[in-house]
Amino acid sequence: MNSKTADRIATGAFIAIAIIIVSILAGLFFYIFINGLKYISFDFLTTPSSNVRAGGGIRDQLFNSFYILFITMLITVPIGIGGGIYMAEYAKPGKVTDLIRTCIEVLSSLPSIVIGMFGLLVFVNTTGWGYTILGGALALTVFNLPTMVRTTEDAIRAVPRDLKEASLALGITHWHTIKTVILPTAFPSILTGAILASGRVFGEAAALLFTAGLSTPRLDYANWNPFSEQSPLNIFRPAETLAVHIWSVNTQGLIPDVEAVSSGSAAVLVISVLIFNLGARWIGSIIHKRVTATK
Amino acid sequence: MEKLLPARERLLKSKKSSLDGEFRGKIMVILCAVLMISATIAITIFLGTKGLQSFTKNGISIIEFLTSTKWNPTDKANPAYGVLPFIFGSFAVTFLSALIAAPLGIGGAIFMTEIAPSWGRKILQPVVELLVGIPSVVYGFIGLTVLVPFIREHVGGLGFSLLSGTIVLAIMILPTITTIATDAMSSLPNHLREGSLALGATRWQTIRKVLVPAALPSLLTAIILGMARAFGEALAVQMVIGNVRNLPSSILDASATLTTIITLNMGHTTYGSVENNTLWSMGLILLIMSFAFILLIRYLSSRRKVR
Repeated sequence: MNSKTADRIATGAFIAIAIIIVSILAGLFFYIFINGLKYISFDFLTTPSSNVRAGGGIRDQLFNSFYILFITMLITVPIGIGGGIYMAEYAKPGKVTDLIRTCIEVLSSLPSIVIGMFGLLVFVNTTGWGYTILGGALALTVFNLPTMVRTTEDAIRAVPRDLKEASLALGITHWHTIKTVILPTAFPSILTGAILASGRVFGEAAALLFTAGLSTPRLDYANWNPFSEQSPLNIFRPAETLAVHIWSVNTQGLIPDVEAVSSGSAAVLVISVLIFNLGARWIGSIIHKRVTATK
Repeated sequence: MEKLLPARERLLKSKKSSLDGEFRGKIMVILCAVLMISATIAITIFLGTKGLQSFTKNGISIIEFLTSTKWNPTDKANPAYGVLPFIFGSFAVTFLSALIAAPLGIGGAIFMTEIAPSWGRKILQPVVELLVGIPSVVYGFIGLTVLVPFIREHVGGLGFSLLSGTIVLAIMILPTITTIATDAMSSLPNHLREGSLALGATRWQTIRKVLVPAALPSLLTAIILGMARAFGEALAVQMVIGNVRNLPSSILDASATLTTIITLNMGHTTYGSVENNTLWSMGLILLIMSFAFILLIRYLSSRRKVR
């Protein structure tokens, strides 16, 4: 075979691969939306789920997903930004920094089920809380922290050196420079990273199975006392999230309309993640324009 | 009141407080960093001690645990704790899915960097990012409702099979491999391409003889990261693989992996029972494997530096 022909065949093969990848995504989205959108209605989103009867909605699961995400980010963002600042500004090359990098690498490559088991051991059994939102959020923090630290570190490293040096040359201390010059400049990238991480957390299920549990108590949305058993805001109650719900109705559910509930939930889940992804890009670019006055 | 203080004192005070802030800030970020180390150590220690309990406390032999194919923990008279079928299942789905995803992922990367760097990248990059965003349970659910019936009707067997698990995982790790492979290919210096093309090599010859060998350690890293993800994935596989305790004899047989058995049984075994402890031992195997994958990646990146 002459080399020109081989070249053409190879080019054809690479184009075919690209088409395969695009059609996998197109097929998945097509399937999720065609099957899911017809089940999504106001009722579906606002009625509580049912364990045995058909016609249950996903009100509590949807709320739990967002609530756990909120608590997780409340814990992750400050610690992650702190860790990122340390790695970018204070860490000196050496054994300790290498150790922290290894730890970040280990944490980020742990399977989520292993993090779930760790959560079960520490936040559920050792503390004696049982399945709680807080336990789930802490497990997700372990899962999310490495991403947040890396995002912050990269964002800070991308801040132009001149800015930092100018601030230090004005006699401003290092920490004050970080607070008033570096962090505000890095803020758009950090925010984008945090929203992207939220999308990942939102769809996570394996780490939550054994930490936040597979059930939700009867919730009373008029009760805003965070210490009451029935309050949706109580962080010491079990909470099934949307992703966990899809898994549990498919593998151990008794309801007759499994297909409808899980198709609808899958569509809601994917749409939410899409909103997170697109929103991150959009907000990031808007703030970037505001802050840097570039187009 | 403040205004009455002499300037010297005011300045000294403010100097002190700013240094205080300096110290506080540094301590705060150091604490955050220390937290990362302690979390890693805590996970290793907690899962390590808990995972070894079935050997130390319950007296199960490690050799039997790792090499026996009989898994029957609920048998009162003669319980058997051999997890070889699950270890085999984990490795089988991992390698098979990498076998499917690696050519696709690396091919996609080459398409983006070599064949159509401008428009190809603009299309494929967002596609890959969207694939990453789809949650694993959604992959599992689609596998369960589309792939399993399809295999049952058109290929054979029950549908719940090693093959289903492999395909679902292959699609899940495809974006991981593509992203890292794309970074690897696009970071190759341009003079490699130009030199090869100037010698009269065709594009395919350049890719095959120059670019892929040059990027090989990074491409292998991409595949291993994908395999690490496949090895640890739980719910999506659990929904399609069938979860039986026997060693599969063909790719169409139902099977089980370490993660699926943990997911399935952790909820309804009593905490502290022998069966429950063996699940923790399986978790320990997962942890050790994820360390092994990191070491492998470290080894590959050290080879890259030598080049």
